[in-house]
Amino acid sequence: MDFLIPLILKRTGFAFLTLFTISILIFVGVEALPGDTAEAILGQGATKENVAALRKELKLDMPVHTRYISWLGDLCQGELGNSLSNGRPVSEMIGWRFKNTLLLASSAAVVSIPLAILLGLICALYQNSWLDKILSTSTLSAISLPEFFVAYLLIVVFVVQFELFPSVAVLKSGMAISEIINILVLPCLTLTLVVLAHMMRMTRATIIGVLSSPYIEMARLKGVRKHKVIFYHALPNALSPIINVVVMDLAWLVVGVVVVEVVFVYPGLGQLLVDSVSKRDIPVVQTSGLIFACTYIFLNLTADVLSIISNPKLRHPK
Amino acid sequence: MKNLIKLLKTSPISARFGLIVITLSLIVALLAPLLAPYGESEIVAQVWLSSSHDHPLGTDQLGRDMVSRLIYGARNSIAIAFLTTMIAFGVGAILGLIAATTGGWLDNLLSRIVDIFMAFPTLILALMILSILGTSIPVLIVVVALLDSTRVFRLARALAMDIAIMEFVDAARLRGEKTFYIVRREILPNALPALIAEFGLRFCFIFLFISSLSFLGLGIQPPTADWGSMVRENSGAINFGIIAPLYPAGTIALITVSINLVVDWFLQRSAQIRA
Amino acid sequence: MDDYKNGVTRRQFMAGTIAAGVAASIPGQGLFKNAWALAPKKGGAMKLGLAGGSTTDSLDPATFSGVFDQMSSMGLYRNPFLELDRKGELHPELVTEWSAEPGAKVWNFKLRKDVEFHNGKAMDVDDAIFSINHHRGKDNKSQIASVVKPIKEIKKMGKYEFKIILEEASADFPYILSSTRMPCVPNGTTNFQDGMGTGGYIMKDWEPGVRAYGERNPNYFKEDKAFFDSVEIITMTDDTARTTALKTGQVDMINRPDRKTARLLGKMKGIQIINTPGGLTYTFPMRMDQKPYDNVDFRRAVKYSVDREALIKTILQGYGVPGNDIPVPSYVKYAANSIPQRQYDPDKVKFHLKKSGYQDEVVRLHVADMVYTGCVDTAQLWKEHATKAGLKMDVVKEANDGYWSKVWNKKPFCASFWYARPTVDWILSMTYVSGASANESNWKVPSFDKLVKEARAELNDEKRKVLYFELQKILHEDGSVVIPMIANIVDAASDKIGFNPVAGNVELDGLRACERWWFKS
Repeated sequence: MDFLIPLILKRTGFAFLTLFTISILIFVGVEALPGDTAEAILGQGATKENVAALRKELKLDMPVHTRYISWLGDLCQGELGNSLSNGRPVSEMIGWRFKNTLLLASSAAVVSIPLAILLGLICALYQNSWLDKILSTSTLSAISLPEFFVAYLLIVVFVVQFELFPSVAVLKSGMAISEIINILVLPCLTLTLVVLAHMMRMTRATIIGVLSSPYIEMARLKGVRKHKVIFYHALPNALSPIINVVVMDLAWLVVGVVVVEVVFVYPGLGQLLVDSVSKRDIPVVQTSGLIFACTYIFLNLTADVLSIISNPKLRHPK
Repeated sequence: MKNLIKLLKTSPISARFGLIVITLSLIVALLAPLLAPYGESEIVAQVWLSSSHDHPLGTDQLGRDMVSRLIYGARNSIAIAFLTTMIAFGVGAILGLIAATTGGWLDNLLSRIVDIFMAFPTLILALMILSILGTSIPVLIVVVALLDSTRVFRLARALAMDIAIMEFVDAARLRGEKTFYIVRREILPNALPALIAEFGLRFCFIFLFISSLSFLGLGIQPPTADWGSMVRENSGAINFGIIAPLYPAGTIALITVSINLVVDWFLQRSAQIRA
Repeated sequence: MDDYKNGVTRRQFMAGTIAAGVAASIPGQGLFKNAWALAPKKGGAMKLGLAGGSTTDSLDPATFSGVFDQMSSMGLYRNPFLELDRKGELHPELVTEWSAEPGAKVWNFKLRKDVEFHNGKAMDVDDAIFSINHHRGKDNKSQIASVVKPIKEIKKMGKYEFKIILEEASADFPYILSSTRMPCVPNGTTNFQDGMGTGGYIMKDWEPGVRAYGERNPNYFKEDKAFFDSVEIITMTDDTARTTALKTGQVDMINRPDRKTARLLGKMKGIQIINTPGGLTYTFPMRMDQKPYDNVDFRRAVKYSVDREALIKTILQGYGVPGNDIPVPSYVKYAANSIPQRQYDPDKVKFHLKKSGYQDEVVRLHVADMVYTGCVDTAQLWKEHATKAGLKMDVVKEANDGYWSKVWNKKPFCASFWYARPTVDWILSMTYVSGASANESNWKVPSFDKLVKEARAELNDEKRKVLYFELQKILHEDGSVVIPMIANIVDAASDKIGFNPVAGNVELDGLRACERWWFKS
């Protein structure tokens, strides 16, 4: 296990390199998009003069590398800069939205991950039975629908038809916990339905694959009961790919929920990122992008470490 | 051919259902212009009519025949999704398996490149790239395929990592087998079940990713019929009990479920074979 | 010295209004004292679901770019200097009196004396001058920098009086003071995000792209406006989400309900559709400097190739009127409503195509989803009409991103829209004069420019009418912009909301629904 520490350190080092590369790519990417903040803000009202004036004010007339280095310098001092569109500090705009996004993502994760693994196990246990088929087909159907459509359907049923939950999930400061939970139910349910099938089917497939291994046959011949076979012999060996899928879906939950945010009017980071790209608001895009990247890298590292830990052969390499 | 028929005879009902649906869809996709009663973008009647003799599934949000749109959509959506998934899988799986087997600097390099791509929200990345390169269909296919191949890469690599350390791989290495041989003969067959499962789901996700792109104004351009965009364009009707969006949504679900039922059957068979 | 109001002598003005049988609006009393039957009630916490907001919005009037920021400023926290009513006429707001010296090059304005900002500071002439100057000057970044360019100098004449000297005579100049982009802000403001203003609602929370919240200003200088106790504006970009929110009572009113389902929405219990003929003109500019649009016959062919009635029916669902390729809606003063309505005419298309020599030319129409709902559909419908008439057309769907910098005002033929400005002069000067930055069709006709300038300075009503008629006729026949539809403003609200006849220049009662509407019970 001792080799884990150097591995983590090495990966952290890579992480910084990755983040640095990503920040350059973001900068280059947004610059490569046609137009800039000044044009995007002024839109139809843009004239050569007022665009030039706004550019000057936003310091967009300086060359690209100057702006990047100055941003990088600020970042190293802990200064995230101000939004180009409205001058507000980036930290102010992003902080609470990131919290909201994490809240939604973790609530969806807390519900979907145990459920997915459990259902995957059950399906593998009763492979090809009616239970297996029904569960597989219904979760498959759920993910076959575009997220926004799942959201709309849930709204039609739970908001319009039965008036159980709100469809407008605007979080305000000072809301009671019960109110927050009430607001989160439908977005959380939408996300769960979307990621459930992926994790569940991967669990099922991997376990089925493992179940045909010789050592499983050995365990069976030994007379070990079926559920013990699955829990103690099959599952541990199937963990690595399952963990990978879980992590990928977790990363998606944090990073890919723009559509859900738009439909439920939930103030998270995804919508901010889309709007900022559209207005070429580089400081905001950079910071949000890097936050997402950090989250993903962290989850990635966790997945790799867990994979190694769960596989005895990788734990003790020769 | 005889083997194929024997194969089909032993298949379970669900797999047969899946195969039938897939085959029908392919036929519809290929023969679309012959089968569709109206043109792909022909406006024939009022907006959102309910089913009638002339229009068995009613009309869409512009007054076009829903049945015709679904038929043409079959061609466009299935072809695009399939091509994209094939490319994503080809690139991702092969690179992932090689990376895990080779290890060392190649593995590191590939993993870090993939990390960089995956660390950024796919939708935004697609938005930026497509805004620069334009949204013609070939560009769309390549961009979405490459972005999605990162996920396949990670999965394939994880699977291969597990397998690569098993004894039989060591044995092969000691025998002096080349990497490519190891990948093809030792790792790939063992990784196949999970990879196949992933293929089925990837197809699904790509279908839906393209329709999410239309949320941001990218994706397949109208009036080209595409099931995903059709769901989006007709969604507004659902508030008023008009079921227009359920038709394209239903067909997406049907195809996805069918493909995965067939995938399940393969999984079953490969597990049986190995046992 | 004659007293000019709206470029019309006071005598004519009084005569006109008395003849119309409507009591003239007297400075200081606001719109409300006119003879409407509905009596507003005070109270209630109103929630508005608004499309047209973004996380990048700002409360700096110079850079307003959507509905959310303009409405927060115009309808909630701040006031413009003059108010535009539903007939397109000016009424006093912060400015109580205005008059022009002979020649209409110098205008005098008097301010209200009893107005306070939300922080208690009294409003005076320094605040007014600062608010206007915010948009002026060399290197000014403001959206309306070109609109205020005609101002040569602003002179302070007293604690509540100022004088504006223009470069050239302009009979309609005071309309500028009704702009949503020129609210009154405190003198010396550097941080506009504090929402400081004189408006009916005090800013308690403002988060761009999310919500704007205001509580009623007890010291509001208008006693007969701002009836809600509090107003919450929630940004809701998704059409379906917005409609559902209204249906389920989570909000009390919304803008831009999906036209396709608006009729169905209106039929639902407890919901009313507010349909107001308005000034939302959908334009399709052809760049006159690019072949083949430099050929007047080709332009005419394109204009005849669209079936306007069909567009109104399918795209606008009946919520609009056909446009006549003139950017002036029928309610605007001096609108040339007598010019016969152009119809879809395949024969004329073929005739003009032949005459132009460009029969085989393929017209490429560049559109995007984000220009307006139904933009791409309009192009596709047009393609069908044009093809049937013998004009080859292709629809090019551009990405939403960067449309206004990449496509509009650059590609030879694209889609655009305008909320028509309140006067013909403003419309023409902004979009149809050589060198105007918003001249989306690059229309460069020196004789046209001369006529516009002449009409602007002309103070005689009859003469102006003749000049503006001629200008509009030129645009109708030779112009380089196709204007097939003028859409109604359609909003939706719960039945509990009451209002007087609604203005149609911009959505939600000229963006002032928050202070003009009320809860019925």
